[in-house]
Amino acid sequence: MAQVPVEHGLILAAALFALGLVGVLARRNLLFILLSLEVMLNSAGLAFVVAGSHWQQPDGQILFLFILTVAAAEVSIGLALVLLFQRRHQSLNVDDASGMRG
Amino acid sequence: MNLIFYISGAVAVLTTAIAITRRNAAHALLYLVVSLLSVALVFFTLGAPFAAALEVIIYAGAIMVLFIFVIMMLNPSAGNPAGGERAGDAPLRDWKLWIGPSILSAILGLELVYLFAGNVAGSTGAGEVVPEQVGVTLLGPYVLGVELASVLLLAALVSASHLGRRGLPGEQENPEGEGES
Repeated sequence: MAQVPVEHGLILAAALFALGLVGVLARRNLLFILLSLEVMLNSAGLAFVVAGSHWQQPDGQILFLFILTVAAAEVSIGLALVLLFQRRHQSLNVDDASGMRG
Repeated sequence: MNLIFYISGAVAVLTTAIAITRRNAAHALLYLVVSLLSVALVFFTLGAPFAAALEVIIYAGAIMVLFIFVIMMLNPSAGNPAGGERAGDAPLRDWKLWIGPSILSAILGLELVYLFAGNVAGSTGAGEVVPEQVGVTLLGPYVLGVELASVLLLAALVSASHLGRRGLPGEQENPEGEGES
């Protein structure tokens, strides 16, 4: 059974990362920006797993585990900040946060 | 095996593209869950079943549930344009909304049935890195990373509970302060 070429796995990871980047840059809704960040972290993990399966080493999956931990921590704090933002500005548009006090 | 990789990858890219272009956050979450499931299937075809299981359990399970909690707490029915449903949008119980994710999930489910029924030996063949190998390496050379991850999760827990409590300073004077900005 032929293995999937490593280039194709990396191309898939790059495509997912680009989609997440487009989401971060184009959307103005804070919730969607967090969603796109999740997509980008997930694609980075996918690249690690592709590399780990290419060299037959468990390090790729271990790095994926660490990325998973970072994503969980990031999303919990990020969503708490989203709730604070909504309570403060009554909207989720990030352009509302462009001004400073004073 | 290769074909399943390409189909899953195509489903992942398609559902991610749909997810980041939705106007409604709840609809986007539906598509993003399908995207994460297809990435899990990609992991399985790459010979990483442990990563596939973690993707389903933690990403598609825990993190997406956190997003759903927040969308529910943002009270989307109160004319709030940001959070979830608008007045003109189809509600989540509308059956037409479920057609797209259902078809894509059915594709993934058929692939999984094919993998398990036809060629388990092929799917867990030469290129597999088994969970035992991952665990031995994780608690061997990488044990310091595990400790750091636990510290990171503790810090995230503390800061999330700190940010989420009621009555933060500066919260009360806001309704009149943000009108002119």
